[in-house]
Amino acid sequence: MALTSQDISRIAHLARLELSPQESERMLTRLNGFFDIVEQMRSVDTSGIEPLAHPVAVVQDISLRLRPDMVTEANQREANQRSAPAVENGLFLVPKVIE
Amino acid sequence: MTLSNTPLHDLSVAALAAELRQRHVSATEVAQHFLARAHQHQALGAYVAINEQATLAQARAADARLANGTAGPLEGVPIAHKDIFVTRDFPSTAGSKMLVGYQSPFDATMVSRLAEAGAVTLGKLNCDEFAMGSANENSAVAPVGFDAPAPVRNPWDTSRVPGGSSGGSAVAVAARLAVAATGTDTGGSIRQPASFCGITGIKPTYGRASRYGMIAYASSLDQAGPMARSAQDCALLLSQMCGPDLDRDSTSLDRPAEDFSLHLNQSLDGLRIGIPKEFFGEGLASDVRAAVDAALQEYEKLGATLVPISLPRTELSIPVYYIIAPAEASSNLSRFDGVKFGHRAKDFADLEDMYKKTRAEGFGDEVKRRIMTGAYVLSHGYYDAYYLQAQKIRRMIADDFQQAFQQCDLIAGPVAPTVAWKLGEHSSDPLADYLADIFTLPASLAGLPGMSVPVGFGEGAMPVGLQLIGNYFQEGRLLNAAHRLQQATDFHLSQPEGF
Repeated sequence: MALTSQDISRIAHLARLELSPQESERMLTRLNGFFDIVEQMRSVDTSGIEPLAHPVAVVQDISLRLRPDMVTEANQREANQRSAPAVENGLFLVPKVIE
Repeated sequence: MTLSNTPLHDLSVAALAAELRQRHVSATEVAQHFLARAHQHQALGAYVAINEQATLAQARAADARLANGTAGPLEGVPIAHKDIFVTRDFPSTAGSKMLVGYQSPFDATMVSRLAEAGAVTLGKLNCDEFAMGSANENSAVAPVGFDAPAPVRNPWDTSRVPGGSSGGSAVAVAARLAVAATGTDTGGSIRQPASFCGITGIKPTYGRASRYGMIAYASSLDQAGPMARSAQDCALLLSQMCGPDLDRDSTSLDRPAEDFSLHLNQSLDGLRIGIPKEFFGEGLASDVRAAVDAALQEYEKLGATLVPISLPRTELSIPVYYIIAPAEASSNLSRFDGVKFGHRAKDFADLEDMYKKTRAEGFGDEVKRRIMTGAYVLSHGYYDAYYLQAQKIRRMIADDFQQAFQQCDLIAGPVAPTVAWKLGEHSSDPLADYLADIFTLPASLAGLPGMSVPVGFGEGAMPVGLQLIGNYFQEGRLLNAAHRLQQATDFHLSQPEGF
């Protein structure tokens, strides 16, 4: 089942990526080339198999931890905002969202 | 100067650390020596950031500790970090235009642990953008001494790729511009460049080395590890890198650090080495096969037994990996939106347009392809057929290894089907890079420790690496097997001409 150019623009929107018409066309060819090698995977019988997320879970119980909800970091606002594209009064600036 | 006549850059981590401890040479002299070499050979494109002031300040602090008896095990040893680890003393780019000039407010756990052990950081090393690539041809950052992005060159033949994604790390070690380096391995990114550049590299069990401050590509696969010129040196670094980081990395395992050096020098008598038949099929180039076969014979001489095994889903690991890794990447890379850090487009109509243009300008082609693939396989209607299916086969692949490890103690085979290819050779066909990852992907998907050990030379006198794969937490056994081979052979001591 090959992807279409409509699929490409839908996915590009989901991923918030602007693609030029030329880029979209190239992307379509590349992704379809890739999904050709994915086909062999789809026919594998995986009934009754649990998906594996943390690989070491194959041999031991792995549970994702939660840590106590406590402040552990000092205030580093300035250092954290040093590489921000636009900042004012310690706030991150974005284009107007609500009219 | 040193007692021997060996130039500083030819010393191993162990030897250099000893010279420093005995005060035959100062950490400052060592750092200056390596910084000079990094500049002298900057045409290789290995370094993307050098900050002499910061390095020399670290070296002076090391000298002070060497003088007052508080030196750590790696005190004064000059290393460099793959530019995927964030650092306070150097910009951190992940090889991406998106992060050019980014200054991290903190150090990655790998960086701070190695610094606590006394290592001095020479700089940051080139890599594929967000660690996505197998040839280091996807870097969008200008190396030191260049005004624009330039290819990283393999010191064994500068018209060839160094491998990727930790290409800069492999080149820096092979050309002796650092005594060791950090790398990261998601689908083979330590093992394959180590193989292509004739050095030694190990990726530990998933979860043993903290991912805190490692710019994320595929979180369920990313794992840090050392790259050096011998298994002995890798053991010294890996001992500092492993260990729990429970508050900062939710997938970090509560497994204590180990002194891996204690495992070296054990006999290989009776060691059962599994040889997966799927790693020796028609896709394997004859020159690589010859070098790997010779190494396996050497293991037999050392007392090991070769056991035929099967990893039946080896070929499936390519689609499974290239579904799972891009899915995780598309999620991880959603943070690059031009708001809190990194690049922001100059002209845009509104917030959504700002996101789209920022990401279009900041990411390179391969990163965009993987984000698109990931967004697609996670999207409504495709999640079960692709992402979930891939995760299920991932378990089957991991189970295959457990079956195999009932018959053997470790697994050996080639790292890659061929030696390093020419720069630009795969540029019209990114799929060729994916297919070349076939032998490193299975252990990555299973989260197993794996390493690359130089075992000879193939076509064009290019290095060939032997891959060793161990069961979970068997890093010591792997390093010992590699060390014993390096005591019996001298391939790891070969050096590229002109460096």
